[in-house]
Amino acid sequence: MRVPLSWLREYVDLPATETGRDVQAKLISAGLEVETVEQLGADLKGPLVVGQVLTIEELEGFKKPIRFCTVDVGRANGTGEPQEIVCGARNFSVGDKVVVVLPGATLPGGFSISARKTYGKTSHGMICSAEELGMGDDGTHGIIVLPPEHEVGTDAIELLQLVDEVLDIAVTPDRGYCLSLRGVAREAAIAYGRPLLDPALLDVPAPNAYGHPVKVSDPFGCDRFTARTVTGLDPEARSPIWLQRRLQKAGMRPISLAVDITNYVMLELGQPLHAYDRTRVQGAIGVRRAERGEQLTTLDGVTRTLSTEDLVITDERGPIGLAGVMGGANTEIDDTEGTTTEVVIEAAHFDPVAIARTARRHKLSSEASRRFERGVDPQAASAAAQRTVDLLVLLAGGTADAGVTEVVAPSAPRTITIPADHPDKVAGVSYGRETVVRRLQQIGCDVYGADELIVTVPSWRSDLTDPNDLAEEVIRLEGYENLPSTLPRPLPGHGLTDRQRLHRRVGRALAGAGYVEALNYPFLGPAAFDQLGLDADDPRRTVVTLVNPLSDEEPALRTTLLPGLLGALRRNDGRGGHDLALFETGLVFRPTGREEIPARLPADRKPTPDQLAALDAALPHQPRRVAVVLAGAREQAGWWGKGRPSDWADAVEAARTVAREAGAELIVRADQHAPWHPGRCAALYVRVDGEEVLAGHAGELHPRVVKAMHLPERTCAMEIELDLLEQAGDGIVRAPRISSFPVATQDVALVVDKPVPAAEVEAALREGAGELLEAIRLFDVYENAEQLGDGRKSLAYALRFRAPDRTLTVDEASAARDAAVALAAERTGAALRG
Amino acid sequence: MSAPNKSYDPVEVEALKPEEIERMRDEALAAFAAADSLDALHEAKVAHTGPASPLALANREIGALPPHAKADAGKRVGMARGAVNKALAARQGELEAERDARVLVEEAVDVTLPYDRVPAGARHPLTTMMERVADVFVAMGYEIAEGPEAEAEWFNFDALNIAPDHPARTMQDTFFVEGGKGEDSGVVLRTHTSPVQIRSLLDREPPVYVVCPGRVYRTDELDATHTPVFHQIELLAVDEGLTMADLKGTLDHMVQSLFGADMKTRLRPNYFPFTEPSAEMDMLCYVCKGASVGDPDRPCRTCSSEGWIELGGCGMVNPRVLAACGVDPEKYSGFAFGFGIERMLMFRHNVEDMRDMVEGDVRFTRPFGMEI
Repeated sequence: MRVPLSWLREYVDLPATETGRDVQAKLISAGLEVETVEQLGADLKGPLVVGQVLTIEELEGFKKPIRFCTVDVGRANGTGEPQEIVCGARNFSVGDKVVVVLPGATLPGGFSISARKTYGKTSHGMICSAEELGMGDDGTHGIIVLPPEHEVGTDAIELLQLVDEVLDIAVTPDRGYCLSLRGVAREAAIAYGRPLLDPALLDVPAPNAYGHPVKVSDPFGCDRFTARTVTGLDPEARSPIWLQRRLQKAGMRPISLAVDITNYVMLELGQPLHAYDRTRVQGAIGVRRAERGEQLTTLDGVTRTLSTEDLVITDERGPIGLAGVMGGANTEIDDTEGTTTEVVIEAAHFDPVAIARTARRHKLSSEASRRFERGVDPQAASAAAQRTVDLLVLLAGGTADAGVTEVVAPSAPRTITIPADHPDKVAGVSYGRETVVRRLQQIGCDVYGADELIVTVPSWRSDLTDPNDLAEEVIRLEGYENLPSTLPRPLPGHGLTDRQRLHRRVGRALAGAGYVEALNYPFLGPAAFDQLGLDADDPRRTVVTLVNPLSDEEPALRTTLLPGLLGALRRNDGRGGHDLALFETGLVFRPTGREEIPARLPADRKPTPDQLAALDAALPHQPRRVAVVLAGAREQAGWWGKGRPSDWADAVEAARTVAREAGAELIVRADQHAPWHPGRCAALYVRVDGEEVLAGHAGELHPRVVKAMHLPERTCAMEIELDLLEQAGDGIVRAPRISSFPVATQDVALVVDKPVPAAEVEAALREGAGELLEAIRLFDVYENAEQLGDGRKSLAYALRFRAPDRTLTVDEASAARDAAVALAAERTGAALRG
Repeated sequence: MSAPNKSYDPVEVEALKPEEIERMRDEALAAFAAADSLDALHEAKVAHTGPASPLALANREIGALPPHAKADAGKRVGMARGAVNKALAARQGELEAERDARVLVEEAVDVTLPYDRVPAGARHPLTTMMERVADVFVAMGYEIAEGPEAEAEWFNFDALNIAPDHPARTMQDTFFVEGGKGEDSGVVLRTHTSPVQIRSLLDREPPVYVVCPGRVYRTDELDATHTPVFHQIELLAVDEGLTMADLKGTLDHMVQSLFGADMKTRLRPNYFPFTEPSAEMDMLCYVCKGASVGDPDRPCRTCSSEGWIELGGCGMVNPRVLAACGVDPEKYSGFAFGFGIERMLMFRHNVEDMRDMVEGDVRFTRPFGMEI
């Protein structure tokens, strides 16, 4: 809502020294979001005067038609001689009154005017367009032609009201009444403690039976309809300058006198109005819901098929308007031919929800619908109609028809009962009853009662329905800035949950290991799964899909973190960073296959446990995962020596890092699983409640995937379900007993078939060695067909033995080692290397 | 070694003559002093203190002396040997110190060599910023609550007093999840973390003090100041007798914890369906502290010389929201607020482009390290 300060002053006697900025501050404090204060004509300097065109000479031979004019500007140029001016516009004739800027003046934007040579002539000033004067587009695409009554030499800055301040207010949905000068003036009046000159206080004739017939068939959709008729309009009459200027400053474009007047009254009182050409309305005006398949061509020229929920205005033939949204073309006032001499004025009140739905359904938001959606004062309808009639009579020479039609559905004003100290309790401030009552009265409420206040809210405040709404009014008018600052005392808390601590720990551990966190969008499409080489029936292809995705290529939610994370890897690589280690933790979305559309629940009471369970059952499974991707060097080459490329083992190690933080034992097995290299893919298992559960995969990516996704060669990746690791976690660490007796070390080299996993050999050694084994470490893997035989490998382990209570003898240590080797031989066919 | 000879005259034994012993001692001392390396010293040591050295041989002669002469000669030889050993040790110490000093010099390195063998990792500043804000409240006794990102509409809208015709429910802002057969699924990507507040109220008995950090979604295209996926933190307190003054105090405490003790907040009336009264909250500009207002010579980029930075929305929990969660609005009241983490990161750390936070470029993230 754009509010010219000069217009606002008409209804509130603001102190003369108050600037727009001052008013802005006051209104912001009262809860109006005044976003900007526009300074109109701030850098404008005269002389800028009314002139009359005396002669026009058409100059030939230029790319565009140019006129050399002489203009009478009276004594404004100091000489009284005609002013010679070159002008490129053509929408004027000899004798027209125009706006002339003379040398020495400055136009908006710091544009200084001086006599200058142009098109072979000297131009002593300019004939001005509305745009050049910062008035906004007036639709003429030419210079301003003033009505003939203005005297030559008159100051045009004053005449055109070029200097003003305009407050631009973003009106919140609860303050529909502030979509009018009347509403903003009311707030300003309260803020300044001045009386409001309410423009809706007009004498309105009582309704009678002679007005234009109106039939409202849907009194819920339309609880009020006022119709007034004005005849004998002068079709030549144009909107006076003051009217045009107010509309322009408020952001609207002047169109024709009748339309301008309805817009003006809407801005003034907040009541949307519609004027029908009476000669084009056939029979009674009706209000009803549209019938199936009915069509209407609205004023914007679009033919719309109506829904049976749409409220329409009709005449005998059918719909002539989309109620509260936009009129129909078939009864439009003729503003081009200028033939309209009789109008019917509609000032009605419509159901906000119906209007909101219709506006959205037809993607048609108008000044009218914006107001009806937010609530229009139903009591202002007859005043608005009267104001429109008055202006048509005054400005268009019309005659008000004696007929006054008013259809009103009976309703009672809303009352709310609150304890007098309710605002105090909400605010934490003792305002006292007197203040509460005074503030409520200021906003237009009637207040009765002592300890219990019975508050009747004004007709323009449809947003006031609950006790807290009234509390807010009191608190905001007393000033949010005056609220004290106190601290509540919550119960002692428990800190973070185990799960929350785990999430933080995992992030720190991975960052500590050199990984950089990336937070990627969860959107993806089938192409991502194709690139990953997933089978057609891979469960990861079963996705949650969005109705309105940002991109049609990516309509689904991720079932794996890898596409997003690999995208970030590729982006970094493309920007010249080739040694990369990234991680992400986040939710993936897996349809359960059992989602049911939940029943629409009321929101006025707590749902039952069954209802809540049904809501949760509608949701996909959303486990939290962690993933890493690696490419390039894991260790850089440098003065210290060679670097090391990242490889599958780093990916598996990342899983171990995460598992360690969770206190979960990670079981690693070879697997073949897209998108990983079939020979370099580890399946990662954990034990949950005694059961081994697959929690994720790690390894090097399949070369085909690397190629398809344009990734660096040998990109590696790991993805694991954090929620499972959390469940597999050990909880409290039990402190080990530390023996201070000496250690006995024994090395063994075992030869096994190549496919035998080292993890199995180690497990057998560990178990066979028994309790004396303190630690075991694989320190070498060796393959040599000549020495070991084809398809064999040697695994060298260092075993450390120690007893808690004595120094081990060589025989004891050897016996334990022999038992370890024996079990490894039995389980894995391992042979001690000779 | 010769046997003791009782009639033997010590004076007659050449090697035990006092001047002879002195000579031996002086020769040894001279040799040690002349040794310029540990090896040379070792040779001198063998020559002058070894078993074949003159003093050792002289010592051996003592046994052959008659008893009366033994003590005298022994004393002389012993003193000489003592002096020699002392000199040897001293010279040994000197030479070792010289050697050590030389070796340490030789072992010196260029300690300014860079070492980026495994470059440091980092957590995303949005993650650590959320944690940092949450921790302010955890320290006050609040708990952290979490919830699903694909959320039932009832939690995201209805329970928050956002009626079915509220503009926020239209396609403009919200990602809707497809149901089967073109039907409405009743599931959306949460547009704020407020549904977690609802879940918290349903799960617990008041008093409830929770903060809800998390990822939220709106259908905005990514540009320098918008992202369709962003992060919020919201707070909810429901207890007996909570007031707007408590809300104000809690906000003040938060900005003081995050930006310094002289910080404060400002509330401006606003409208949200889930709070009543509602307010927009601003914090004092932590850079200029308001000094840039009306002073064109000292413009502040952080607050555009407004003096205040817009943080987010807040208010008293609408009693209708409490009712939807089965909390008696007659007995309990509450306050809530929420704000965007991206925005806070932008003004706290001078991030100029929202895209830097979503692209995962390690050059952006690394400097933020582990904590923020």
